[in-house]
Amino acid sequence: MAFYYLCILKFEILPSVNQEIRDKYEVVIGLEVHAQLQTESKIFAADAASFGASPNTHISPITLGHPGTLPKLNKKAVEFAMRMGIACNSQITENQYFDRKNYFYPDLPKGYQITQDKTPICMGGGVHVKLSTGEKTVRFHHIHLEEDAGKSLHTDGSSDSLLDYNRAGTPLIEMVTEPEIKSAEEAATFMTEVRKLVRYLGICDGNMEEGSLRCDVNISVMPVGSKVFGTKVEIKNMNSMRFIQKAIEYEIVRQIDAVENNEKIIQETRSFDPATGRTSGMREKESMNDYRYFPEPDLVPLVISEEWLSSVKEQMPALPWELFEKFTKEYGLPAYDANVLTDSREVAEYFEATCQFTKNYKAVSNWIMGTVKSYLNDHNLEIGQLSVTPEQLAQLIQLVDDGKVSNSTASQQIFPEMIADNAKTPLQIAEAKNLIQQSNTDTLQTLVDEVLANNSAKVKEYKNGKKGLLSMFMGEIMKKSKGSADPKVTTALLQKTLENL
Amino acid sequence: MKVYSTLKDIQTDLYAGSITCRQLVEFYLKNIEEKNNTLNAFLSVFDQEALEKADEIDAKIKAGTAKKLAGMVLGIKDLLCYKDHTSQAGSRILDGFESQFTATAVQRVIDEDAIIIGRQNCDEFGMGSTNENSAFGPCLNAVGENRVAGGSSGGSAVAVQADMCLASLGTDTGGSVRMPAGFCGLVGLKPTYTRVSRWGLIAYASSFDCIGPITKSVEDAAILLEIIAGKDEQDSTVSNEKVPEYTAFQTEKKTYKIGYLKEAVESEGLQPEVKAATLAKLAYLKAQGHEVEAVDFPLIKYFLPTYYTLTTAEASSNLSRFDGVRYGHRSTEATDLMSLYKKSRFEGFGKETRKRIMLGTFVLSASYYDAYYTKAQKIRRLIKEFTDNLLTEYDFLVCPTTPTTAYKLGEKTADPIQMYLGDLFTVQANVVGLPAISIPNGLDNDGMPIGFQIMAGAFEEAELLTFAQLIS
Repeated sequence: MAFYYLCILKFEILPSVNQEIRDKYEVVIGLEVHAQLQTESKIFAADAASFGASPNTHISPITLGHPGTLPKLNKKAVEFAMRMGIACNSQITENQYFDRKNYFYPDLPKGYQITQDKTPICMGGGVHVKLSTGEKTVRFHHIHLEEDAGKSLHTDGSSDSLLDYNRAGTPLIEMVTEPEIKSAEEAATFMTEVRKLVRYLGICDGNMEEGSLRCDVNISVMPVGSKVFGTKVEIKNMNSMRFIQKAIEYEIVRQIDAVENNEKIIQETRSFDPATGRTSGMREKESMNDYRYFPEPDLVPLVISEEWLSSVKEQMPALPWELFEKFTKEYGLPAYDANVLTDSREVAEYFEATCQFTKNYKAVSNWIMGTVKSYLNDHNLEIGQLSVTPEQLAQLIQLVDDGKVSNSTASQQIFPEMIADNAKTPLQIAEAKNLIQQSNTDTLQTLVDEVLANNSAKVKEYKNGKKGLLSMFMGEIMKKSKGSADPKVTTALLQKTLENL
Repeated sequence: MKVYSTLKDIQTDLYAGSITCRQLVEFYLKNIEEKNNTLNAFLSVFDQEALEKADEIDAKIKAGTAKKLAGMVLGIKDLLCYKDHTSQAGSRILDGFESQFTATAVQRVIDEDAIIIGRQNCDEFGMGSTNENSAFGPCLNAVGENRVAGGSSGGSAVAVQADMCLASLGTDTGGSVRMPAGFCGLVGLKPTYTRVSRWGLIAYASSFDCIGPITKSVEDAAILLEIIAGKDEQDSTVSNEKVPEYTAFQTEKKTYKIGYLKEAVESEGLQPEVKAATLAKLAYLKAQGHEVEAVDFPLIKYFLPTYYTLTTAEASSNLSRFDGVRYGHRSTEATDLMSLYKKSRFEGFGKETRKRIMLGTFVLSASYYDAYYTKAQKIRRLIKEFTDNLLTEYDFLVCPTTPTTAYKLGEKTADPIQMYLGDLFTVQANVVGLPAISIPNGLDNDGMPIGFQIMAGAFEEAELLTFAQLIS
């Protein structure tokens, strides 16, 4: 499949406008990000909400919208939405109710979607992003709770549609930003931050490929300095960071090109085709829906009390920027390290766990960013799958700090052995493989004396000023010790002995 | 066999051993066999199941383990779900549909040893006042010639009226329990909204729909309400309000303060006999020492517009699920998705239902939303405030259940406004969510039953039933 796409892209000539023209325009982007909440059950039914089950196996009469059924709100979904709002510094709405959004589609069992139109659970707030041009907060207009629809599958060569209702009723939050994103880079950075955040909060797995995190892009262009937005176009269902960027890039050029040529931009819903890198208009009917929202009479109003809000606040996990602060201040790490370590909650937790067993925080950071990360990358693993425990990693660091093994020995010889045999401590491995450095000065002194005695001519030359011979003596000593001599200690001992001769 | 009017009499004889549940069921089944062809009250009869259940309960009676409703043979309206039984809401759109679960109210009566004898005819999705909007043909009143049963729970009323069962569970969205009860000379109770779980009630208008019993006596209405009312895990809108012992019929009051709707009782459109019977009842109440006063209700002219605006709005949404995709009727003529929807729904829904879906879609559409839906919501609040205020001053508000007695078949079908006017007095209780009961109040010159309606404050069913019992 990937090969097929690449072939086409190679021959596709995408439209372009030169930088001078492009600079005349300002881009206005707003995102509607959908995140599937990873609750055990659906938002209004007890069926399991999970990805990947056989089609139509999580479908109770409620999910199928059988006559006589009623929705029952899953409190966990509400709490997950609250977590997102709290993390984003949003206002949590005290009195809420749900609305029905009415439209016909085969994957929508009731003929309406239960959502929040008038009283979204969170108002305002935002997500901080670091861009190549500086930092900013992308603000949310609101975040609301709703249920997902099922899935329609269209098979090639058949006029039939297949329907899988497993996903129907899965809880979603829709995060609607203010129209203040200025570029594809900004949109992608924002999405990356959102994905990081939902994962930190444990409310969504952030898997874009499986559709647990996806977004609609609203985009328009206007002359720089204009106060009136251009006609906006919506690009639906983007489920990859790369596609989001490509679709935006394409759409910016298409819209500028159209305005430059005095063509009218139609307000419409477009879809992005990854194969061609282009967006194209969907049937116009889709954008002309009148959803006839009205309050859902089958659910009681949702009231979020002070107590409930506080208890959710108390259970909040540490957030990436809080950990960044902590890592730079408490652990004294450079900003670069703190950034890398807080990129995922699991890595940050592993770091902190390791710091429980050693005070050499910088070494822990180096180890995780270096040896551990490259091992994980090479084997396509997550840190959660690492067999070396934080305590074991700390023991290894201690071994280096105690001068028993060198850093390179630790990472090249002992660490792989720890992964291979989780039962042994780093010390046991080092001893078994005879890797413990000799720092016993009596043994070393004997070696030094031997080497110097065997090379009396060279000693004279050294004494006459040929100081470069020091490394020759060192090499001889190392050879005799079969590499186990601690280089630092040996050098000091050697220099002292030579001076005293 | 003796014709019973109360569960109490039945249980007396059951426990005395002079009758058995099997004999009772056989008696009702025989009546169904004889009368149902003409009256069309039952759509399905669960004869074998009912007989088996009867034997089971006879054994329990002997063993002394029978529950509260032992001996109650009950019919259920086609809007109530009953696991593994057909539930069609009086509609072709649900052709072949069997429910996968049982309505809470139905399950609760079964758990108390009631015997479910069959599924009863009704107007499609409860939309109608005569039972003439059923896909299975009208249900006829057992009294008079070619008179309608009333609706929408027509089959449920006629089944009791014609001794095809002792009682029924119906549903009331704008009078659908009280009106047919009135037309058939029975007791029909609509509880406070949220008193009874709606789980398993096929929705017409969710913020109005109520399950209520149709019985021959106030006593049996009380027994049934006591069992079906109260909290339910499946319906989050159900009230946590404690369910009192309705069957105790206890009150500290000897006399009540009663308001009657002047506009209703003095209305021009009132059938003379209905008016006379109502005035006679009011005179009787006064004579009994109750305080009876006329009250103005200037908002009465907004009852029907408010009711029809909001119920059709909700119905248009509630009935969207019937699309021919997952269950029920699917047109064989469909060529693509749009025609699947259009043809399945056109073929599956009757005319009145289609009309209300279109009306509801219209009042919710963006351009008319505020003019209709929002305005109706505001008026609903006004009517509620006004009614609640009156009920702080008066214990009960009374009026005739309907302006006339049962119509002739087809008499009103040509003029929908006239048809809707029949609901004028009953819709108020649904618009404001209050409990109301219709009790028999004599007969007109043709021998057709007249109903008398009593409405009380929220969750005051105990007082309401006590008073209804007192004046029946």
